[in-house]
Amino acid sequence: MTRELTIKDALNEALRQAMEADDDVVLLGEDIAGGAGRDEAYPEAADAWGGPFGVTQGLLGQFGRDRVMDTPIAETGFVGASIGMAIAGMRPVPEIMYVDFIGTSFDQLLNHAAKLRYLYGGKVSVPMTVRTVTGAGFRAAGEHSQTLYSLYTHIPGLKVVAPATPYDAKGLLLAAIQDSDPVIFMEHKRLYMTTGHVPEEPYTIPLGTASIVRAGDDVTIIGVQKMVHTALEAATELEQQGISCEVIDPRSYSPLDTDTILTSIRRTGHLVVVDESHPRCSLATDISALAAEHAFHDLRGPVRMVTGTHSPVPFSPPLEDLYVPDVPRIVDAVRSTLDQGRKGAEAVAHGR
Amino acid sequence: MIEDRDTLLGLWQRMTRIRRFEERASTDKEADLLEGYIHNYSGQEAIATGIITQLRADDWITSTYRNHGHSIARDVPLEAMTGELLGRTTGVCGGKGGSMHAVDQDLGMIGGMGIVAGGMPIAAGAALAARRRGQDRVAVTFFGDGAVHQGAFHESMTFAALFNCPVIFVCENNLYAETTAVDYHLIAGSVIAMAEPYGVHATQVDGMDVFAVRDAAEQLIARARYTGRPALLEAMTYRYGGQYEGDTQTYKPPQEVAQWRARDPLLTFRRRVTEPGLLTHGDLDEVAERSRVEVADAFAAAALAPWPDPSVLLTDVYTEIS
Repeated sequence: MTRELTIKDALNEALRQAMEADDDVVLLGEDIAGGAGRDEAYPEAADAWGGPFGVTQGLLGQFGRDRVMDTPIAETGFVGASIGMAIAGMRPVPEIMYVDFIGTSFDQLLNHAAKLRYLYGGKVSVPMTVRTVTGAGFRAAGEHSQTLYSLYTHIPGLKVVAPATPYDAKGLLLAAIQDSDPVIFMEHKRLYMTTGHVPEEPYTIPLGTASIVRAGDDVTIIGVQKMVHTALEAATELEQQGISCEVIDPRSYSPLDTDTILTSIRRTGHLVVVDESHPRCSLATDISALAAEHAFHDLRGPVRMVTGTHSPVPFSPPLEDLYVPDVPRIVDAVRSTLDQGRKGAEAVAHGR
Repeated sequence: MIEDRDTLLGLWQRMTRIRRFEERASTDKEADLLEGYIHNYSGQEAIATGIITQLRADDWITSTYRNHGHSIARDVPLEAMTGELLGRTTGVCGGKGGSMHAVDQDLGMIGGMGIVAGGMPIAAGAALAARRRGQDRVAVTFFGDGAVHQGAFHESMTFAALFNCPVIFVCENNLYAETTAVDYHLIAGSVIAMAEPYGVHATQVDGMDVFAVRDAAEQLIARARYTGRPALLEAMTYRYGGQYEGDTQTYKPPQEVAQWRARDPLLTFRRRVTEPGLLTHGDLDEVAERSRVEVADAFAAAALAPWPDPSVLLTDVYTEIS
């Protein structure tokens, strides 16, 4: 029997199961339960919120305030404290309400969480999972709409995970919490209500394994998080034009499943990367470079990147809609690499 | 207590404009006529009005995502506010910022920061620049009670005290840090208690009383302007709405809103000016009605205003397009 859950509920279930399995798993963050300090005077307030998207709702009742900690608005404090708790044997899961807020805690992640193990000769590990919320398309303007995937992926020592389906959300979150390294776990605000099959029992998906979400022969499309869904829509449209697209969701960006990506590119000979982030130094450039370096002789057309623009995310709805990659842009990119490849092949055939 | 009729009417006009604007934004958001987040300022009108009307036109201000009250008190035209909320070309930021960033740089408003505590060090720096350049401008940085746990709060107070920055830190203590009650999160007991160890002169005031706020602001602004020393004002107030429109507010005890509404800043103002006969109810009703019409007209105008041209997506990333 197939049980359908939203990503929001799949994540909630993963947190609940991780906390049931291991008393050392604790949650920390701003308003992740709500009603802090009012449990006696006004019990109804407790757990009324569950974060702005309700992901952690209901956990307080089962686990209590010692394990579902509403923190002050002090990211350096609670992210740094999570590092210390992790070193001392716990498995904290701090939540940064929006990825844009990570600036206020970045030193703890960049210079400490990421580097402690390496700098101290492998004698320490930091099993912490930082949950945070990414993404444009919410009319939330430039300081509440970023993705910043590549900012973390750039830093050795951090693992970076960004699920696009309910099944992956649960399996990857459970894997992240069990992992011995600091993991940045990114949840897209526009995907929380996406539904799909999720088994009830706990399960894990190894970090660093890509998912081929649609098999195809003519072109490889790599979708980053929400763009997986946009790429799938484009693939359906292109199928009607006789073009067979393989759509891959890397799911984890550090580590990155280069084998699955390169195997597909070598077979199709064409690569389109779709990432709603800014284009410079992004996952799109990273995966394009991977193809250029390791699959150059298999490419039969130019690599195409479909990304956001080199600008902050604007508020104005028509401008934001221009910013976020859409189906027509992906279709154009696929047709463009195939056309260029065909012209190149004809030129070779005619000895030009 | 100010007795000048024009001043009183000016205060009342700003407070009623803010209240009508926020009520309209709230209903429009509920009716799905507005996109994005709306952070309602209702209940806190006396603070923006009391402080900003004491500033000079060349003074600096940093605001937050809850900025509509500050902008309206600074006399940002209502059509520029509604235009911004609707993302139109007529918006104060041309539609790029939206509700959370709807402030006017041309009026010395450095930002409606979307990140808690983000404006504080910037305000200290603007104040320092004024002093270094021989100007007697001051800076005011608005923030909520939740912001005092950020490093930026502590670091900017230390900076401002050490380098003599004429900045006034204004904490609008509305009893909630997002959804977390101040009596839980504020270990120090008050925000003024957190300022004093840094050598920042601090005062607490009833933020529901525009006259009290004005008096406190007058003193602190003058003090900063003439001594170059930072100060902090903690204005005790209440956020009638949620953290943002759509917040279910289930974390608020049932009678709390009603208790605070009994101390409403508009009601308080009305009582304070009508009882001694400074203004009549008729005077006040006339201005309030004009504010309502102005707000309605501004929303209507914004709905008809043009959307930004697609080319605007890539402008103003840098000073010059490279």
